[in-house]
Amino acid sequence: MRSDEAIISGTGLVKRFADFEAVRGIDFQVRRGEAFGFLGPNGAGKSSTMRMVSCMSPRSGGELRVLGMDPDRKGPAIRARIGVVPQQDNLDLELTVRQNLQVYGRYFGLTRKEVRAKAVELMEFARLTDRADHDVQPLSGGMKRRLTIARALVNDPEVLLLDEPTTGLDPQARHLLWEKLFQLKQRGVTLIITTHYMDEAEQLCDRLVVMDGGKIVAEGSPAELITRYATREVLELRFPPGDQHAAVDKVRDLAERVEVLPDRLLLYTEDGDAATTRAHDRGVRPISTLVRRSSLEDVFLRLTGRTLVD
Amino acid sequence: MTATLDRPTAAATGSVVGAWRAVWLRVEGRWTWYRRHWTASLLASGLQPVLFLAAMGIGFGSQVRPGPLTDGVPYLAYVAPTILVSGLITVGVTEAGLPVLSGFKWKQDYWAVASSPVSSGQLFGAELVWIALRLTFGAAVYLVVAAVAGGWTSAGALLVPPIAILAGVACAAPVMAFAATTKGDGHVFAAVNRFVVMPMTLFAGTFFPVERLPLPVRPLAWISPLWHGNELVRGAALGGLRWWPALGHLAVLVALLVVGIALGRRAFQRRLVV
Amino acid sequence: MLSIVDNPRRTAVLQRVLPSGSYVGLARRLVERSALLYARAWVVLLSGVFEPLFYVLAFKIGFGALVPAVTGPGGLRLEYAAYVAPALLVASAMNGAVSETMSMFYKLRFDGLYDSVLATPLGTYDVAIGELSWTVLRSGLYAVAFFAVMAVLGLVTTPWALLLVPVALVVSMAFAAVGMVCATLLRSSAQFEYIHLLVVPMFLFSGTFYSIDVYPLPLRWVAELSPLYHGVELARGFSTGVLGTAMLGHAAYLVALTAVGLYGTSKRIGRLLLN
Repeated sequence: MRSDEAIISGTGLVKRFADFEAVRGIDFQVRRGEAFGFLGPNGAGKSSTMRMVSCMSPRSGGELRVLGMDPDRKGPAIRARIGVVPQQDNLDLELTVRQNLQVYGRYFGLTRKEVRAKAVELMEFARLTDRADHDVQPLSGGMKRRLTIARALVNDPEVLLLDEPTTGLDPQARHLLWEKLFQLKQRGVTLIITTHYMDEAEQLCDRLVVMDGGKIVAEGSPAELITRYATREVLELRFPPGDQHAAVDKVRDLAERVEVLPDRLLLYTEDGDAATTRAHDRGVRPISTLVRRSSLEDVFLRLTGRTLVD
Repeated sequence: MTATLDRPTAAATGSVVGAWRAVWLRVEGRWTWYRRHWTASLLASGLQPVLFLAAMGIGFGSQVRPGPLTDGVPYLAYVAPTILVSGLITVGVTEAGLPVLSGFKWKQDYWAVASSPVSSGQLFGAELVWIALRLTFGAAVYLVVAAVAGGWTSAGALLVPPIAILAGVACAAPVMAFAATTKGDGHVFAAVNRFVVMPMTLFAGTFFPVERLPLPVRPLAWISPLWHGNELVRGAALGGLRWWPALGHLAVLVALLVVGIALGRRAFQRRLVV
Repeated sequence: MLSIVDNPRRTAVLQRVLPSGSYVGLARRLVERSALLYARAWVVLLSGVFEPLFYVLAFKIGFGALVPAVTGPGGLRLEYAAYVAPALLVASAMNGAVSETMSMFYKLRFDGLYDSVLATPLGTYDVAIGELSWTVLRSGLYAVAFFAVMAVLGLVTTPWALLLVPVALVVSMAFAAVGMVCATLLRSSAQFEYIHLLVVPMFLFSGTFYSIDVYPLPLRWVAELSPLYHGVELARGFSTGVLGTAMLGHAAYLVALTAVGLYGTSKRIGRLLLN
């Protein structure tokens, strides 16, 4: 992909704070209309990257173009065309749902009439119409999150940046939110998402980069990454903590790769059931066995030697 | 997805507005909040100077005989102009302290603004304009109440509110700058109140002449913005204000405001754009 | 004041009187916690000592020059600073108690402190009495400092004046107890302003700076409702050494307020957290 086709492109992008380097020279391009993910554990540099892209944080080095413009010089013009959903909701808790949308919309130069109409439309989208004139304070976490996302859509942004959109939400609220984000994607809004949840990245992202320690360690679609860095299936053998080491030698040649975790062994193989049978034949007796498809969690484990959510 | 690539999203509807319009839009946002919560900010909106006028000007003043210490006028007329200056400075400093820190730290609404086309400098300007508007409202209420109570003796009283508002905003601006650099839990504002605002209120000529202070500490009163405001309003309301000293006092307040604005814009930028 | 929680016999009595489980005699744990926090913010605590110094000086050199002498309790002629100082001492106890209990709002709504406290053996009365004790203790420190300033400036003229400190404690206790109830009733921090809307006029109009005799009769009745008025009257009486039976009434008013406040706080914390 040529960088001029990209709606956002970073080259050798660096973010340095007084005492440490959060982002250490990353290259990435985001195409118009795709859902792009930054996947990585806490402290990988995802949020710093997001803040640079949303023109709220100047870069320390490298190149960055958002909508063809330089954030350092055209910050306000870029912010007028993007939507930002921060990691922590920063709604005005002492205003109503409707007022939050209207007041924020005004900052984007919309007329009073425009924000009135837009607020109605967005409350409908966020399923908050029946709460329109209630204070935000008592809303549930999922409702507040949906309102924050609705607020970021007030200017019909071309790009929506979501920093950890579902962290801290219950499963039901997460699924509702994913559905809303999928709707946006279908409308052609470019989505950029940071997450440390594998399932979220697999659900939402067309393409993603895996970040670790301020660097990009892999890039591709979820399926590509799994093909490249993991096998089709994984056999999980669970042991009482400590006992797994004794079994390692017995199963090593049953899989392309074996990972040793504190309470289990992961056997990367094309055929999990076959490996299960053979391990059993060799007298390996785990507490439980599980055959599953490889996920991005396995990709991450392979790339960094660590699990994502410790 | 191919469909959307062929048919890119319509352009965003947001736009960058001019600097003053941006300030105004943020003030409008504050007004939306205020309309909902005005009963909870009556003191900050101007009731406080009125209460002090009633307590000190009328209540305490009933025991004071006019004399050389009160420029020969009734105590109420002596303190009516200065209580407004002192009151607006107190309100301005209070509003510029904890609420501003909260905008960064607890309420975090400044971060929401920072993600819109409104810049950090415009946000600072808007917060200062908002404080100025509230002081204006308080001054207007006070002007009327003090008139009914008989605190004004000449048309010069009409000059008191603008001067008092200037003094209040001039003190608020540097405190906003300070609040934007504060990281802690706001205990420091209690100290500011104790060591700066309160002594200034008591000793800078609001209730009794600065000449009552021992000579060595008098310069402390002279460097306080409140004293400059007090000299101006008392001169305006009771007469006897001369041009050159008046311009000097005014210059001090304007200088404080200008420095405060410069510092505040920088502090907001440093806090929000990192 | 701490003897309330430290004296085992007293604890036993309270445990029998109060609903079971609501008081286990561990309130001092909360006091320790507050003291620990404040040890870090000791500058703030220390700075509280300067407040009386500024006030008394201002009244001595400034306001006192405007009003050379006033009529105090029992028709006594007093210099103005001697008239105002005891009133300011109790007013400062009130302000301290109010600001300290308002911080309960944050502990209650944002920090979730009492959730975790009530998950331990401590009951709602432990919370109420613990917070009250800390507030009173802090006010005691300030009152002693204020008294010292008065003494240095020659405003202490009778041994009765030593009782200013206990008066400050009682005032602080009454305001803390009622303040705690208010803190549990608030729903947003913007509503703090309602509290100030009560406290500022009380500070100004409770006979602190001039006798409430200057008011017309109906206004005087309103002023007499103010707890601070009763504190001021007590303080001024002891400070001048002019005692009277009315002082028993003033003290009773403050003690009754404390009891009502404590009962209310415990009920409110229970309702907010133990459902």
